[in-house]
Amino acid sequence: MTAAPAPLSASDIVKAVTSRKLSALEATEAALARIAQHDDILNAFTDVTPDRARARARAVDAAIAAGRNPGPLAGVPFAVKNLFDVKGIATRAGSKINRDLAPAARDAALIERMEAAGAVLVGALNMGEYAYDFTGENVHDGPSRNPHDPSRMTGGSSGGSGSAVGGALVPVALGSDTNGSIRVPSSFCGIFGLKPTYGRLSRARSFPFVASLDHLGPLARSVRDLALAYDAMQGPDADDAACTTRLPEPVTPVLAENIASLRIALAGGYFQKNLFPEAIHAVAHVAKALGVSRTLEIPEAARARAAAYVITTAEGASLHLDRLRRRPNDFDPAVRDRLIAGAMVPAALVDRAQKFRRWYRAKLLEIFKSVDVLIAPATPCVAPKIGQVNFVLDGIELPVRAHIGLHTQPISFIGLPVVAVPVPLQPMPIGVQVIAPPWREDLALRVAYALERMGAVSAPPPRGL
Amino acid sequence: MATDSIDDYISSVAKALALPIEDAWRPAVRANLEVSLRLARLVDEFPLPDETEPAGVFTA
Repeated sequence: MTAAPAPLSASDIVKAVTSRKLSALEATEAALARIAQHDDILNAFTDVTPDRARARARAVDAAIAAGRNPGPLAGVPFAVKNLFDVKGIATRAGSKINRDLAPAARDAALIERMEAAGAVLVGALNMGEYAYDFTGENVHDGPSRNPHDPSRMTGGSSGGSGSAVGGALVPVALGSDTNGSIRVPSSFCGIFGLKPTYGRLSRARSFPFVASLDHLGPLARSVRDLALAYDAMQGPDADDAACTTRLPEPVTPVLAENIASLRIALAGGYFQKNLFPEAIHAVAHVAKALGVSRTLEIPEAARARAAAYVITTAEGASLHLDRLRRRPNDFDPAVRDRLIAGAMVPAALVDRAQKFRRWYRAKLLEIFKSVDVLIAPATPCVAPKIGQVNFVLDGIELPVRAHIGLHTQPISFIGLPVVAVPVPLQPMPIGVQVIAPPWREDLALRVAYALERMGAVSAPPPRGL
Repeated sequence: MATDSIDDYISSVAKALALPIEDAWRPAVRANLEVSLRLARLVDEFPLPDETEPAGVFTA
């Protein structure tokens, strides 16, 4: 086996592979070696697919040798949350029950698009059961572990995605975000995460959770890598009813555009409460770097979070109703009991939550007439210890699991695009949300890129490995 | 809703939906439902025009 070189970014791998300084197979072997070396600690992967990965990498190398364009992600190893269909593997979605499903007949749409761009799938990643989770813990597969301190949570539900990228096992991973499940692990694991506009990226052949709120997106160690993966995955897809018909709007070419003309403000009120000192410090740090002093009140954010919670529990219950009847003892008990309760929320209240969503969307669109980008905390705290049940927020002891997403839920509720950027505090990093109007991922990514270039945010090397 | 009423409600809905609930799960189901109803009440209290469309298939 090729000796594992120092970890490379996706961008560096593409440059090295296309210039023939590194083969796609060598890049793949390096990722496989790092997974073999560190995954016993991190527990990020539930499935490693070395045979498939090597075959794909050889195909990329063959394309280059034949003088064909290998694509903008040539030779980049990546992995996916295990709710993405991977051909030949049962899509477990973090559950015990789904292991009984037939192996997937075809890859998820986003895997196909990543591989069409030259990327190389190396495996599937641990996650909270059925994505109803903010911790990254899993009773069936064990918790994914934080690469900066393995005694701490990764955050969830895309916990393995956060751990694998934060631990530099792969430069890019894909996750899903219904209420914060890309942004929370990005914050806790100190990496960049993009939750695009609702409907931007196809969810075809991924296991759902809450159809009204489910998004898919990439996690990476730099903004450029995030943008490369995002650009490769854009485009309409008739196989996802919510997927946009908009043509791809590539962001990589505009990343470095000047942000001086952008109107940026801090999200006030709700978003400045329920925060530990590290979260307050991280937001202030980003605001200072951007020269932002303006604060905008976001009206009814607490109610937005409440409505997201109600829609989530009711739609999640609907999805799993038959499994709750047939196999209740095969669920994580905490997930099962929440889903059963969700089945009991009256339909009229769920409908009102969906109506409130329309109202809240109109309010936020009004706000975005006077601002281009909003800054808000990603999580109330740095990664808690694995198994931690409660924390104290603003003087009140609250369950950790239900409150990690306090600041992410009111944003995904109306599908706004967000880049979570990592502030590399010691000993643990923490993220900040850079939020843009619908379909303006470019604005959030440009601001994130500017922050990265000025050194204000960065993905720290894994401190716990 | 009073605790007894919630317990009765849980039993009735579980029966209507054919959902099995063991006694050991009941406190957690009740606790979760109480949180959901409290948050749903927060939404319910907010006055909306009758013409407001739900965002069932949402377009950002």
